[in-house]
Amino acid sequence: MAEQLLEVRQLSRRFAAVDALKAVDFSVEAGEVHALIGPNGAGKTTFIHHVSGALNPDSGSVHFAGADVTALSMHQRVTAGMARSYQITNVFPSLSVLDNVALAVQGRADAGSSFRFWKPVQAEQRLFEEARACLDQVGLGARNETLASSLAHGEQRALELAMALATRPRMLLLDEPMAGAGPEESARMVELIEHLARHVTILLVEHDMAAVFRLADRISVLVNGQLICTGEPEAVRANPEVRRAYLGDHL
Amino acid sequence: MTQLLLEQALNGLQFGLMLFLLAAGLTLVFGIMDCINLAHGSLYMVGAYFVAAATQAADSFWIGLGVGVAGAALLGLLLELSLFRQLYKRDHLSQVLATFALILIANEAVRVIWGAQPVMLNPPDALAGPVEFSLLGDTFFYPAYRLVIIAFGIGVAGLLYLLVAKTRVGMWVRAGASNREMTEALGINVQALFTAVFVFGTALCALAGGLLGPLLAVQVGMGESVLILAFVVIIIGGIGSIRGALVGSLIVGSVDTLGRALLPTLLRALLPADAASTLGPALASILIYLLMAGILFFKPQGLFPARA
Amino acid sequence: MAFYRAAPYQQPVAIALVLILAALPFVLTAFGQEFYIGFATRVLIFALAASSLNLVLGFGGMFSLGHAAFFGIGAYAAAICQQAGVNEALIAFPLAMLAAGSFALAVGAISLRTRGVYFIMITLAFAQMAYYLFISARSLGGDDGLPLAGRMTLAGVPLTDDTSLYFAAFFGLTLAMLFFGRLADARFGRVIQAIRENETRMEALGYPVFTYRLVCFALGGALAGLAGALLANLTGLASPNLLVWTQSGTLLVMVIIGGVGYLYGGVVGALILLCLEEVLVGFTSHWHIVLGLILLGVVLFAPKGVAALFGKRHG
Repeated sequence: MAEQLLEVRQLSRRFAAVDALKAVDFSVEAGEVHALIGPNGAGKTTFIHHVSGALNPDSGSVHFAGADVTALSMHQRVTAGMARSYQITNVFPSLSVLDNVALAVQGRADAGSSFRFWKPVQAEQRLFEEARACLDQVGLGARNETLASSLAHGEQRALELAMALATRPRMLLLDEPMAGAGPEESARMVELIEHLARHVTILLVEHDMAAVFRLADRISVLVNGQLICTGEPEAVRANPEVRRAYLGDHL
Repeated sequence: MTQLLLEQALNGLQFGLMLFLLAAGLTLVFGIMDCINLAHGSLYMVGAYFVAAATQAADSFWIGLGVGVAGAALLGLLLELSLFRQLYKRDHLSQVLATFALILIANEAVRVIWGAQPVMLNPPDALAGPVEFSLLGDTFFYPAYRLVIIAFGIGVAGLLYLLVAKTRVGMWVRAGASNREMTEALGINVQALFTAVFVFGTALCALAGGLLGPLLAVQVGMGESVLILAFVVIIIGGIGSIRGALVGSLIVGSVDTLGRALLPTLLRALLPADAASTLGPALASILIYLLMAGILFFKPQGLFPARA
Repeated sequence: MAFYRAAPYQQPVAIALVLILAALPFVLTAFGQEFYIGFATRVLIFALAASSLNLVLGFGGMFSLGHAAFFGIGAYAAAICQQAGVNEALIAFPLAMLAAGSFALAVGAISLRTRGVYFIMITLAFAQMAYYLFISARSLGGDDGLPLAGRMTLAGVPLTDDTSLYFAAFFGLTLAMLFFGRLADARFGRVIQAIRENETRMEALGYPVFTYRLVCFALGGALAGLAGALLANLTGLASPNLLVWTQSGTLLVMVIIGGVGYLYGGVVGALILLCLEEVLVGFTSHWHIVLGLILLGVVLFAPKGVAALFGKRHG
């Protein structure tokens, strides 16, 4: 069996009187693309927030690369190798594409301390070389000097990925990377994720089922805060419980 | 000793209730409109001046109080319509700058109209002396006017509670403090609600200014120190929460009053005399801030956060 | 808000300004206007104080309304140093910065756990706490403040005459602005500005946001402390009035008038406000009314500050 990179044990969380997550057990193996799907309001976003450290569970634990990270804050989990992209595009619009990624490189522990008050960032060649490499990986190499705000929507999503990559993650947490993208942009994003999946483990939350079934090695289904099934795409497709949950949705 | 304790406890209660009148309006403006109003203390000062002037003209404290508070409420209405309405939409920076400008203008305008000397405001003659009452077989004295203030404070606090907890307008106010967008989506006339809350808050703080006038000097700058105490109350109680404002006011009022009265004595019992006399007043004056820091450390949102 | 980036003409302009400021006392003396050297010193000191607030507010995005506390603590620290027999500014001023910076560190550690209106009120309340502490401390002069026996020496040179104190303030401001400008373009400046823009994103990039904010807050406090120590030398007194919250308001007004987040916002704002005061006081003793009306006008008609009226930000 492959190494469990992410392991979530008995994770529960209540909001007011609502059980948002009910004793969820979940794991991502190193090297796989693991998709998390579920109808709207199933608790996917809440779950992602607990994995990334934006929210803390009432009970249960999150383990990453063999260590219990439940008590770690978001930035500490990033340092531990867990990077995330956002549902809504979340880049620095007034910075250039290259500067956006350089900022992400700069945040990494092995890129040196950022408590540097004197040397201009522009003079730090290494940051920008790495940033360029990340941008090449996502196909934005030619857009380095453009302001992030003037990128097309799909390009901004790619930039977001490049920033996540720049933190040198062991696992990428992609929160609906296709959201708001047209068919052409979606196709390009699928290719991009396929390409990235060769280097990094991916936890993908996505509504676009065509993309999910093309990309995922395994799929987990979350319904009403409960994980109802995990398995290979064909098994999940055939699962009657999943079919019931998705009644009306096309699977 | 018992006389001192009882007197200080009542003083603390009285101070706390007056702080509540100030903080109640302010916490709603903060909570509902997400607007920081530094000029709230100036409205308190202007209220006190209005009451003093009206009392002099009418030769009756109660008429003066009514007229002065009404005048301040009218001023609040004008300010809301002309200025604050525009500020709600702006960022905190603009709000602070504009209301800071209002403080400068108010202080200077008061100085021009009433002069730099404090204005005297006398309590009604009938309430000028102390009352005598007995408790547990002992006889105590306490100023009648202060008792009236306490009664006023309790009355207003009760009324406010009923208003916010039991009426439809109160429900809107609570809804607005916890979720503004939702309130707007429900089709409530938010602008009118904002105006009403602002004017009501102004009337409350003018009432506090008028009631405290006979105890303190009515003077330029009286609003600023009390404004910060109202801030501390709101920080402790939680922004937008009337209940928090009440609890916070009573805590701040009694801790400050009792601290100033008892801490020096207490320290003298524990420390050498000279150390106690240096440390006592200093510690007493910052006691409520230390308390605030302590509460914040455990509850960064205050004791009764209005927003979930 | 855009990120700061030095304009191409910034360096020549800065050098020209430094030369002009260096020549100013001699020009004033030549024209028999020595009185204005003291005024110019005041402007430089407040420019430093306002710039330190601009670092916290404009670059760090932290809306502190208690900055005067650090300013005042710097002044008291200088006075206390002198009482303790340390009359050399090269020792006393860093100690003043250390004292103000440490207090800022403590205040920041508690108040940076909160956001928005809360943060504004809490910084204000802590500043008021410091104010009451100094007022009630009889050994520090209480209400009257702590007077300096005379001006200090800087590297052995007595600052007794106005021109030498002017140059002390001039060096202080120049060094601080040089540091500030470098910082804004360096890693740290990038990080705090990015946190101002989008703190969640920075957290998700692995940055310990709280720590960066806290360091920025403490740095601003320390620089304000330097300004306070200089002011104590100018006025000969460490007064509790320096810590009054309206003083924080004044510094804030300077930064807003000058332009929040512009490198020279604090300098421009201090110059405008103090000159305005100087002129208005000549016309009316009630100049606060005029100032208040002007500020209202700025809020309503030039919300981005005066600097924004004159030029675009480079970015």
